[in-house]
Amino acid sequence: MPETAAIRQGAFDQLAARAAAVTFTPCPPAARFVFRGRPAGFAAAGDAFGVALPQTACRAATTGSRSALWLGPDEWLLLAEDGAVAAIEAAFADRLGQQPHSLVDVSHRNTAVEIAGPAAADVLNAGCPLDLRLEAFPVGMCTRTLFAKAEIVLWRTDAQRFRVEVWRSFAGYLWGLLDEIRREHAA
Amino acid sequence: MLLIPCPHCGERPEIEFRYGGEAHVARPADPSALDDEAWAAYLYLRNNPKGLHAERWRHIHGCGRYFNVLRDTVSDKITATYKAGEPRPDLPATEAAE
Ligand SMILES: [Zn+2]
Repeated sequence: MPETAAIRQGAFDQLAARAAAVTFTPCPPAARFVFRGRPAGFAAAGDAFGVALPQTACRAATTGSRSALWLGPDEWLLLAEDGAVAAIEAAFADRLGQQPHSLVDVSHRNTAVEIAGPAAADVLNAGCPLDLRLEAFPVGMCTRTLFAKAEIVLWRTDAQRFRVEVWRSFAGYLWGLLDEIRREHAA
Repeated sequence: MLLIPCPHCGERPEIEFRYGGEAHVARPADPSALDDEAWAAYLYLRNNPKGLHAERWRHIHGCGRYFNVLRDTVSDKITATYKAGEPRPDLPATEAAE
């Protein structure tokens, strides 16, 4: 007699576990800027935005609803609540008006998706060659990089959660490829 | 995949980078004072050493910055990387031939 109890499991259990291994969630609309400037203006820019610009390479800082992501030694991606564009522009003009800098509104150029779950890093690694182990890419680390042929900004917001910023024309490419990888990963 | 140490970001995969040609090629301060031969030399003549070569790379899909690399053209080994504007490290030939 075969031991039926030992192999019995709900038909959906495994499927549900696979589906939960990684989830893709579109991020809500946001105000976004790319700020570039000279060291003399970094502190004032942080004051204007409400988040001190991180000086450590590849690190993000968050205060309330606003985040500043280090992209380069004089370049940051600034993320804020939707609708804050005019207020942020005014604040920068006020604090940095006389200093050479650039503040480019990229709110609608970029879009973002959250990749979360125990398999998030594995699925991302199918298209991104960075070392995404927690010790090499800790929570709070962010960087411009590549996902297959799309340039992205990858930001680890939690041990098993990443925010991927991508140019909106790449959204279909990114999602389609991620979805294909997810299915392969679950197989 | 080769790992290239960006002086800003640390070791990163080579596909994030673009090659930028020989480093430390200074643009003449007064181009109009040069004859054609000297101008052509500035534009087109480059070293092609067998061994250590100082060259520019750009971390285009990372921090976006140009920086300099000392690479052995025989072994492809990268001996040093340093920020743009910094002088070429004075490495002995023995280390270069390593
Ligand atoms: Zn870099």
